[in-house]
Amino acid sequence: MALITCKDLAVGYDGDAVVWGLNFEVRAGDYLCIVGENGSGKSTLMRTLLHLQPPVSGEILLGDGLTAGGIGYLPQQSSIQKDFPASVREIVLSGCQSRKGLRPWYNAAERQLASETMEKLGITKYAKRCFPELSGGQQQRVLLARALCATGKLLLLDEPTAGLDPGVTTQLYSLIEDLNREGITIIMISHDIAAAVRFASHILHIGRTVFFGTREQYEKSGVGRLFLAGTQEQEMPGRPEE
Amino acid sequence: MDGFGKIIFYLQYPFVRYALIVGVLIALCSSLLGVTLVLKRFSFIGDGLSHVAFGAMAVASVLKITNQTALVLPVTVLCAVLLLRTGQNARVKGDAAIAMISVGALAFGYLLMNIWPVSSNISGDVCSTLFGSTSILTLSARDVRICVILSVIVIALFLFFYHRIFDVTFDENFARSAGTHVDRYHLLIAVIIAVIIVLAMNLVGSLLISALVIFPALSAMRIFKSFRSVTVCSAVLSVLSALAGLFLSIAAATPVGSTIVAVDVLVFFVCFLIGRFGLRAG
Repeated sequence: MALITCKDLAVGYDGDAVVWGLNFEVRAGDYLCIVGENGSGKSTLMRTLLHLQPPVSGEILLGDGLTAGGIGYLPQQSSIQKDFPASVREIVLSGCQSRKGLRPWYNAAERQLASETMEKLGITKYAKRCFPELSGGQQQRVLLARALCATGKLLLLDEPTAGLDPGVTTQLYSLIEDLNREGITIIMISHDIAAAVRFASHILHIGRTVFFGTREQYEKSGVGRLFLAGTQEQEMPGRPEE
Repeated sequence: MDGFGKIIFYLQYPFVRYALIVGVLIALCSSLLGVTLVLKRFSFIGDGLSHVAFGAMAVASVLKITNQTALVLPVTVLCAVLLLRTGQNARVKGDAAIAMISVGALAFGYLLMNIWPVSSNISGDVCSTLFGSTSILTLSARDVRICVILSVIVIALFLFFYHRIFDVTFDENFARSAGTHVDRYHLLIAVIIAVIIVLAMNLVGSLLISALVIFPALSAMRIFKSFRSVTVCSAVLSVLSALAGLFLSIAAATPVGSTIVAVDVLVFFVCFLIGRFGLRAG
């Protein structure tokens, strides 16, 4: 059984589909990159996978013990408020919110998980620092730690490297690669097609043509070749969607 | 008699002690959700609701209802829910709706008070509803009981849902993805705001409530940088400012509400300077 299976999925807003005919599945340990032009519906698809909005039609099946609240989500940076007074520890701990349920406090196990995750991502030294004062790369690590606290299985990353400088981008990609090797399944939206074909095991290309398959199949496919050739010249790196 | 002697002298009277109890509780409650209000752009909802509360208060006094809270509280809570509903879908429409309701309620309230005056001193009545002038010193034992009960509910709800409030304030989308019922908590926050506003009308009147909610949070945010420390600091600042304001107003015979708000503003500038010159804490 796959973690996520999408059957004839159409996503969009208020009943108007932006993308339709999506059939794909994500198995444990996969590294899936979702690519496509601006406005092709990548973020809409991600919001639908997260149950932030209902699908227009078709269905999303969760399997292998994955629950809707058990997905670790790394939103685009722009969705976080600037100047919010929050320490790194508070933010990472908030990744345990679905484990905590209605209990008004975090228990020892959840605090332990937050500490271990911060240690793993090398942000323990910032634990008491204020989030808005950190650099873009450090902030992404904090949000990644929060996402990891929410899941042991699946991470959904929405343009994780948008707005980061090249060195930090490379570090973040290798961090994500390490997590994937440890068995965490990755679904990533990316503008960075070069990175997508370098790291991903599977590619989902959405837009006028929909493609789903392994990286090797994508590189040989018509749509893949076209996109790989085209985007390297046109696409501005790090430009956020919408 | 000097100012200090005057305070000692007045403390013998129950109405002064009532005012202190109520003042401290209201200041504490109103500061708790300050950070959420400031950062979630809910502050305009708070402002709009205070005008609604004014309109409801006018209706209550025209109808000669003795227990005004019984009418003002449900109306304000209802409007909080309505405003939140409209604000969620489209931002611009939401703002317009808030302006409509709040200004409408203000005009309607003043109109009612003029058509059916309850006393010969209309402008005095209006002034005390808007600025709270002396109503805090005319509290009955029952008013105090209502205030204590509502404050305890607000504080208990805040403590119980403290982490949830942080979750939905900091990152709504992540909270949704983790299965948190964000809309429910927004509703809860709106209802708590409505209760606080109705409570705070006694202390500072409907025009100055926003100041009581926003200033302590903004002051604390100049100095502290984590959600918990900001929350604790704003509660402490708010209570101290309210106490200072109350004593000052007794000693100098100034209106209670505006004196408290003046102290809040002063505290903000002190905190601003502290934050500016690098004395930030964790």
